[in-house]
Amino acid sequence: MSGDASKLSILVYFEYHHRRLHPVGLQLMTAAKELIRNNGGEILGIIIGEGADQAEEQMNQLPLSEVYLYESEEYFKSDLYKTLMLDCIQQSSPGIVLIGGTKEGRSLAPRLSAALKTGLTADCTELYVRDGGELVQIRPAFGGNLMAQIITPDTRPQMATLRYNQFPPLKPSVSEAGRRKPVSFIKRKLSTQPSSLLEIIDTARFTASESIGKQDVLVAAGRGVRSKEDLDMIIELAELIGGELASTRRLVEQGWISFHRQIGLSGHSVRPKLLLTIGVSGSVQFMAGIRGAETIIAINSDEDAPIFSAADHAYCGDLYEIVPALISTLKKQNT
Amino acid sequence: MIKTAVCIKQVPAYSDGLMDPNTGLLIRKGLEMVLNPNDLSALETALRIRENYGGKVDVFSMGPKHAEEVIRQAYAMGADEGFLLTGKEFAGADVLATSYTLSQGISAVDDYDLIICGKGTTDGDTSQVSGALAEWLGIPHVNWVSGIKKLSQKTIQLCQEMEGELYTVKASYPLLIAVEREIYTPRMTNLKMKIAAKRKPVKTFRLQDLKDQKEIHYGLKGSATRVEKIFPAKENRSDTEPIRDTAGAIEELALLLKPYAAGRKAKQRVDE
Ligand SMILES: Cc1cc2nc3c(=O)[nH]c(=O)nc-3n(C[C@H](O)[C@H](O)[C@H](O)COP(=O)(O)OP(=O)(O)OC[C@H]3O[C@@H](n4cnc5c(N)ncnc54)[C@H](O)[C@@H]3O)c2cc1C
Ligand SMILES: Nc1ncnc2c1ncn2[C@@H]1O[C@H](COP(=O)(O)O)[C@@H](O)[C@H]1O
Repeated sequence: MSGDASKLSILVYFEYHHRRLHPVGLQLMTAAKELIRNNGGEILGIIIGEGADQAEEQMNQLPLSEVYLYESEEYFKSDLYKTLMLDCIQQSSPGIVLIGGTKEGRSLAPRLSAALKTGLTADCTELYVRDGGELVQIRPAFGGNLMAQIITPDTRPQMATLRYNQFPPLKPSVSEAGRRKPVSFIKRKLSTQPSSLLEIIDTARFTASESIGKQDVLVAAGRGVRSKEDLDMIIELAELIGGELASTRRLVEQGWISFHRQIGLSGHSVRPKLLLTIGVSGSVQFMAGIRGAETIIAINSDEDAPIFSAADHAYCGDLYEIVPALISTLKKQNT
Repeated sequence: MIKTAVCIKQVPAYSDGLMDPNTGLLIRKGLEMVLNPNDLSALETALRIRENYGGKVDVFSMGPKHAEEVIRQAYAMGADEGFLLTGKEFAGADVLATSYTLSQGISAVDDYDLIICGKGTTDGDTSQVSGALAEWLGIPHVNWVSGIKKLSQKTIQLCQEMEGELYTVKASYPLLIAVEREIYTPRMTNLKMKIAAKRKPVKTFRLQDLKDQKEIHYGLKGSATRVEKIFPAKENRSDTEPIRDTAGAIEELALLLKPYAAGRKAKQRVDE
């Protein structure tokens, strides 16, 4: 299967939960828009879920040419969503399919790629396109010290999942909407409504894992913190500046902090406005999770710590001197 | 009686491969190989199911000849039969080809009720093989399984950890699941079990033992993706000189963080 060779078309999968778009969709849009910037092309979208058409207003504010809407059950089921996604791809023949590197995306994408017998590159951190529409996919390899550059030479579509929180979100814009051809919405209903062999009999909210990926202020503790008790002062500082505690893998391995708070290659990618790292060396695996951070402040006693090369504000000193003094200064300022 | 197949992979013990900046060649520091830790949890899940409901636990691995070691380790833990898919035709496989090879091996042996994979491998770490394998086998799959709630001879109820939400999923067999590492703590093995495992044969599957013997469906040839090149990750975003004077650092930090602390105060007042 291949699209119109002269025109690159990119299909973006918009995750849709409880009638809301997942933020990863707008991050995929940033990547997609960049891919068509030089040689042109079009971006298509797909939404599957309950009340899918309610996303139309938001879709109108994005640089999309067509959006496929599939009214479906509320919850994600890998087999059902694959079938609907396949229908969309057969209808639209995109050259590239972009899916979020979220739990849902990483469950859906491999199933879909096997059904299409095409290539899939997981967790990409960088993408670009060559003349002729060949997608160059870059992702961390071998524990993150190395990057691999991967292509899908012969099969189409070219599929990639993008690391969540790696790309900034594309801001929906009302003014831009006026300048473009309106988005055309295609409500698809399959002649035989596909079903799933999975039944979701209950759902419950839990808060732990959503915390750090969506926070504006994060304070990350590393191995420079010597004991679990000493984390208390880091938590106090985090609370003082309205932030959430995060950490390196070392502290998770120590059992001091839950995995849900781990930043990095094997943990979460984060995009806070402010990231304050304390006693974090800045291993490549940790750095892989913080590319989206706006401002980074680092405190470390080793002047050669690699974290300093990523930091906007770098302080070489003993955290056991700096943190308590900082807490009391901030408290005084605030009274 | 529940027939389970577990997919296990041999991975480097330390996955921090480095590239020699002068030669551009890969230095694999961790030549020591181990069973992928996430797959230990998958195997433990299968063994517990067998203990409680009867049946069998077979293990499958695709890899070079020395991947036999991880099958022996699975034997020591209590696996029934182990199958190693090996041969030069299988080398260089991406997700598509790996999952296809595993599907061919698994369906050549039995109609399993459950296929269990680990959450991901520490070397590939893509968590993609499970979903693709389920598609090739034509069975449904559930990723991110953090618990088994109920199990009977016909159906299973699972906890699936999605983002911020925990689903309870019910399904009939055959089914593929990929389990979280925390689902169960893998059992320890002792010397006696290890010795017994050494004597137990590992069945080797080569291309000619599979139903589909077309070489182009396997290994590098069967892969849809190509690695063009590998290069070192670079991380520099700035060249700020660190400030060394502690008193000055505290002062500057307090100034930098003040707006955040004040913002938090204001927010609190609104909340109250
Ligand atoms: C496949 C793979 C995946 C990985 N995934 C991740 C991941 O997702 N996330 C992650 O974080 N790691 C990950 N790692 C581990 C990573 O390689 C590092 O080991 C880890 O990030 C180091 O954590 P750290 O900075 O807390 O500890 P260290 O590297 O030990 O650094 C501690 C730092 O604290 C400083 N320090 C010590 N005392 C003080 C003091 N009194 N005051 C101020 N500073 C002090 C030291 O100078 C040092 O720089 C992974 C590794 C592998 C192989
Ligand atoms: N070569 C292999 N042999 C057997 N099982 C594998 C192999 N590669 C991956 N798997 C299984 O698929 C899971 C996910 O792997 P990955 O997609 O590489 O992260 C692993 O935890 C294993 O259960």
